[in-house]
Amino acid sequence: MKILVALKQVPDTETRIKVAADGKSIDPADVKWITSPYDEYALEEAIRLKESKAAEVTVVSLGSDSAKDVLRNALALGADNAVLLKSEASDPLAIASALAAWAKGKGFDLILAGNKGIGGDNASVGPMIAELLDIAQANVVVKLEIGDGTFRAEREIEGGTEVIEGKLPAVITAQKGLNEPRYASLKGIMGAKKKTIEEVDGAAPSGSTSVVGMVMPPARPEGRKLDGEPAQQAAALLSALKDEAKIF
Amino acid sequence: MAGAYATFTHMTDYMGFQGLLTDEERMVRETARDFVNGEVLPIIEKHAQDQTFPKHLISKMGELGFYGPSLPEEYGCAGLSSVAYGLLMYELERGDSGLRSFASVQGSLVMWPIYAYGSEAQKQYWLPKMAKGEKIGCFGLTEPDFGSNPGGMLTKAVREPGGKWRINGTKMWITNGSIADVAVVWAQTEDGIRGFLVEKGTPGFNAPEMKGKWSLRASTTSELVLEDVIVEEEKSLLPHVKGLKGPLGCLTQARFGIAWGALGAADACYQCALDYAQHRIQFDRPIASFQLQQEKFAWMVTELTKGQFLVLQLGRLKDAKKYTPAQVSMAKMNNVNAALEICRKARTILGANGILDEYPIMRHMANLESVYTYEGTHDMHMLVIGQEVTGIPAYR
Repeated sequence: MKILVALKQVPDTETRIKVAADGKSIDPADVKWITSPYDEYALEEAIRLKESKAAEVTVVSLGSDSAKDVLRNALALGADNAVLLKSEASDPLAIASALAAWAKGKGFDLILAGNKGIGGDNASVGPMIAELLDIAQANVVVKLEIGDGTFRAEREIEGGTEVIEGKLPAVITAQKGLNEPRYASLKGIMGAKKKTIEEVDGAAPSGSTSVVGMVMPPARPEGRKLDGEPAQQAAALLSALKDEAKIF
Repeated sequence: MAGAYATFTHMTDYMGFQGLLTDEERMVRETARDFVNGEVLPIIEKHAQDQTFPKHLISKMGELGFYGPSLPEEYGCAGLSSVAYGLLMYELERGDSGLRSFASVQGSLVMWPIYAYGSEAQKQYWLPKMAKGEKIGCFGLTEPDFGSNPGGMLTKAVREPGGKWRINGTKMWITNGSIADVAVVWAQTEDGIRGFLVEKGTPGFNAPEMKGKWSLRASTTSELVLEDVIVEEEKSLLPHVKGLKGPLGCLTQARFGIAWGALGAADACYQCALDYAQHRIQFDRPIASFQLQQEKFAWMVTELTKGQFLVLQLGRLKDAKKYTPAQVSMAKMNNVNAALEICRKARTILGANGILDEYPIMRHMANLESVYTYEGTHDMHMLVIGQEVTGIPAYR
């Protein structure tokens, strides 16, 4: 079985994001980059399948040279091959098109990705890859079983669980809960040093959207302190909730 | 506000320290930091309060390759650079000195002498099991009356007929002693000081735990009592070293890791105090805005930064096989001293909160009080440096 895992490099969740001078992108200064946490679940699932079913795991990331860090990390965790698809595409359709075009015809039985890249939160690249390749998909998956050419996936839906069965090849996007990602072992890290990252010039397919602006949320207005006896404070709070916040 | 569970993602890096690391070194540090954030910080205060070592972490650290990681792959180890090993110690001690001490003893004081002084059969038998954490080791050099002067040790090993040795003596302050499967015991013989591997359960060998510590409470400290312990030479005696240079060689390895580790504890205290001071409001301002507190932070980050570059250079020299024990003495002496002072200053910034186990500071500070005088006291390292530069030993 051949598995492809798509990994996205994203700003660390602890980073204090600043908007760049162009007004429509993130200022990369002082940003620490990490693998998108949902992609970590996807990768862990692939490595577990490698261990249980002797699958071959290839990881791919679309981006610039800096994305090699997430690929190297994936190799340390147990991926067999890594590919950097060099591209400046940033629109989800352009990214999905580039990934699908590269993956097409390479015989992947399973394509795993996070259900979304944190930060952008479009949740669209995985499903778009499935559509572009015209294969099955299951998204926001919390449990996955692979049979003989088939899959069975459980996904969280409002108030319950939906169980989907389908035929491979398929795209599965991972949700928190699918597994508990491992730490890279020191031997894995040293082993990754011996593996190479293949670099491929990704085409820049035209996207369907473009970002025109990015703004920080407005600063939170200062709180207000209510004075007086408890009864007066309660009355003031009630009227504020009613008349100003209009919640009843 | 951040308490002990605060999992700061980044190490303090004022001067581009990380830019001088290789990819592997960076990744080793990150994996260790993730491990400490996920597995150590949530449980360590309770273990320190209860005076218990978190034994469940032994095998987890083994699976990740944290023991003896600089030893070669053929013995089940990772073959890391010295700097990567140092970074691992930095992150482990950011969790707790007890955890770093466990790994130091296992890797530098037991696996290393077996690797450097042991027979091939001893290496093949012990190293892969110890790398995985399936077997635990301890190191018996210090005695109740011989600390800084180990050459005067009273423990004796005498040759017996039939390829056997009889060992008698008492060792003290032995990290991991009561939980160890094997002890490296140093003893006087007619050929000078020799090292012996003594297995748990050998008749006459006991390792009672020492209680009542106010420091390294999440670490096991024991005595080793050897009463007419009989061991087989082939399995037990480390054949390739004689004299005090045997144990001192091990200590040089461990001290290298301590010089890195102490900075990890200091970094934890520095980050905690900085976060606290930025959020703690007095006189309608964060206390970080007051000059007296800023002086502390400036001093702390400066010492931390100097310490980082000192051990980085030492690590590079070590990998190039160009370092000296006196250089290791300088790094151990300077960094532990600076780390202890950083923890103390951090404590004052948190005021009364600094003494609570909601924050890691008092635990780290109390731990470092031990580290300051173990593995060569601060004062002895000072004298070693004094001897190095003047050519005159002041302690003989």
